[in-house]
Amino acid sequence: MSGQFDDDLTRPLEGAAEASSAEGATSPEVGRDEWVARHGERVARRSGLLGTLEARFRTVPWWAWLTLLIATACLIPVFSDSGYVRRVAFDTVVFMLLALGLNIVVGWGGLLDLGYVAFFGIGAYAYAMLASDQFGVHLPSIVAIPLVALIGFGAGWLVGLPSRRLTGDYLAIVTLFFFQIFLTFTNNGDDVFGHSLTNGPNGILNVDELSFFGWSLPTTTAQGQFAIAYLYVAVVLFGIVYVALRLLDDSRTGRAWRSLREDPLAAELMGMPVNWLKLLAFASGASVAALTGTLQASLVGSVFPQDFAFPLLITVYTMVILGGAGSQAGVVIGAILISVLLEVLRDPGDSRGLFYLLVLLGLVGAFRLSRQLAVVLGATVALGFVARAVAGTIDDRWTAGVGGGGGRLAGWASDWVIVPTQLAGWIAPVTYVGLIALVLMLTLLHGWVRIAVLVPTLYLAAFVWENVMLAKPEPTRYVVLGAILVGVMVIRPNGLLGERRVEIL
Amino acid sequence: MAARPSAGPPPESIETRLAARVDTFIQLTLNGLTLGSVYALIALGYTLVYGILKLLNFAHGDVVTVGAFIGFGMLQLLGGSTDPVVPVWLLLLLISATAMAGCAALGVAIERFAYRPLRDAPRIAPLISALGVSFFLAYSLQLLFGSEQRDYDAFSMDNGALFFKGFSIGAVHIPLLRILVICAAFALMVVLWFLVNKTRTGKAMKATSFDREAAAMMGIDVDRVIVFAFVLGSALAGAAGVLSALRVPTYPSAGFITGLKGFTAAVIGGIGSIPGAMAGGLILGLAEAYTQGYISTKWSDLAVFVILILIMLFRPQGLFGRPDITKV
Repeated sequence: MSGQFDDDLTRPLEGAAEASSAEGATSPEVGRDEWVARHGERVARRSGLLGTLEARFRTVPWWAWLTLLIATACLIPVFSDSGYVRRVAFDTVVFMLLALGLNIVVGWGGLLDLGYVAFFGIGAYAYAMLASDQFGVHLPSIVAIPLVALIGFGAGWLVGLPSRRLTGDYLAIVTLFFFQIFLTFTNNGDDVFGHSLTNGPNGILNVDELSFFGWSLPTTTAQGQFAIAYLYVAVVLFGIVYVALRLLDDSRTGRAWRSLREDPLAAELMGMPVNWLKLLAFASGASVAALTGTLQASLVGSVFPQDFAFPLLITVYTMVILGGAGSQAGVVIGAILISVLLEVLRDPGDSRGLFYLLVLLGLVGAFRLSRQLAVVLGATVALGFVARAVAGTIDDRWTAGVGGGGGRLAGWASDWVIVPTQLAGWIAPVTYVGLIALVLMLTLLHGWVRIAVLVPTLYLAAFVWENVMLAKPEPTRYVVLGAILVGVMVIRPNGLLGERRVEIL
Repeated sequence: MAARPSAGPPPESIETRLAARVDTFIQLTLNGLTLGSVYALIALGYTLVYGILKLLNFAHGDVVTVGAFIGFGMLQLLGGSTDPVVPVWLLLLLISATAMAGCAALGVAIERFAYRPLRDAPRIAPLISALGVSFFLAYSLQLLFGSEQRDYDAFSMDNGALFFKGFSIGAVHIPLLRILVICAAFALMVVLWFLVNKTRTGKAMKATSFDREAAAMMGIDVDRVIVFAFVLGSALAGAAGVLSALRVPTYPSAGFITGLKGFTAAVIGGIGSIPGAMAGGLILGLAEAYTQGYISTKWSDLAVFVILILIMLFRPQGLFGRPDITKV
């Protein structure tokens, strides 16, 4: 507690001192509230190298970063002509949009919305119904996209309307159940009083591609590759949404949301229309999600209920939390990081490389370049060779396997880690649970005991990664996401770029 | 929902039709009680934790599934269901005990590492952490055991005695397994009631749930009480996992829907209230069984969710709960 008090008491003073020295003799701006101005300084600052870097980065205006990002995205076709890379870039932009939308609800409004992905689904389904043979309606995109965003806004408003009285956890539950209802409905919507609305699990097929002023954009090139035009459309949409939200955040409404998030009760007492603000945040988030849904539906050309499942919700949440709820730049970075991470984890070779790289970086980060680092690394490598040699002498088959993915690193790794040709049924659960137990124990230990435990933990981690996790990329991706979510929450609840103190009551 | 007049079969007398109706009703009630007693066990876990920490433990449903998997592992270790190395009653007892112990340990670990660091954080933080834990558990199970179903195959135990033995009401046969599930669930609830109402730790739990800071000032070790709540809740979850897996095969991502149902039960009864959780579980089980039997299996989940949302809107404190008062 005392630490928190220190922060709260000293930071504003520091901030005030900085502000006064920086502004010098200039008179206070008209319409600028002193307390509000100081409030901006009450955000926790980081110290050390990261803090310096962050402060440096923050001096560059946001539009410069945005331009840089958009330029990079637009130049992707120059860097790579692989359809896969372009498609991943498109997916990343979709995730960035989703994260921006969720940030309105969670980061600015401070509302835990677990039905967020349903609005993405509603958008996709709405577009599919407005531009396909399902009902014989074929609206041009320039009409359909804003209309879908409006529908999303309306849907968010409707869901929020009864939930607005509910606070905190109750809102989370109602939205979660709304999500379930959406899934049940889309899955069973093939027979609503004899009419087929959603085609149930079969989904809506042959959704129109985007078309502007009579030009339609084919979703694939002549070679069957991803059509780059969709990336540009997505990037343009992202740019518009980002700027719009940035302006919204700086507006009266944005400030009101912030105060609502910090303390709803106080905000209400100050005469703010709390319910209305909550509804607005909720519906705006839904609207962005629905807008994103049109991109997805038009590119893929079909919508299925299972496209909008729980893992997607967790993925978007991880992006927002990792990047820092409340910071637009943060959630965009979070979206990029997680999206790339999920792609890397798909391929065993890349996944292995990333694992060893992160372990090394983590060790260097924890010990810096010290004697301890050398001890840990040396001991781990030695332990590996000894363990492998011992296992090899007992039974050849224990070390005869090669990890998946191939490549030079796979060869090195299987010279060091025990990779049996066939894993006995009990080994995977026992080592996996053991690894988790060891990692958790590490957080409680200190000094040399910690180092002593760290060495076998590292080796066990390599063993589990090579033998258990690389074999099954799909669950591994989500296990990693879950771990990131918990880890970020426990270690840095404000994420990479987020502001401290996000409160809901 | 009027039944269509059927021309084919010969007309039945009113008595036989009535008897058939009554039989269906008894059968559905029995289904509902079985389902409901398991829901009640799960709901108790939510309620115990919520009562003390005011935290929705989203991971609870997945703890139930982990319990079912631990039980399955123990079953395999003891020789499988067709020819176990121990008598069937001991087999069931050992499976449940292992699952309960394993889940209790898991619950303690979750509390210690995912929730305790966030105890003084804003309320959204532990909720998100809980989401992460839930996701982590579900996909860890899938990673280790694949996504296919695991069947306890209770039918093979003791040559099907669990299904063929039992007694009958009218034309309805009540298999031993159902009686076992219902009785075990109720026995556990009685034990829980005793622990909470008649022991010193139970009193400490009540005090902590009433006012945590005041309880701490009165010399109650709040950390210990919270851990105890997690141990109790998770052990019940383990038991619930085994009891439900005896009847329906389990799979890694089952925890999500199980959690939702158990949670709905807790909310119907009034989250934080122990008798409320029991009543809520039974109500939910019966409602589900009747909806499936009389209306349609397709929309039964939807009906349950709509009921929950209506309850949340018009009586957020549930049937047995007291309304929350926000203190400034």
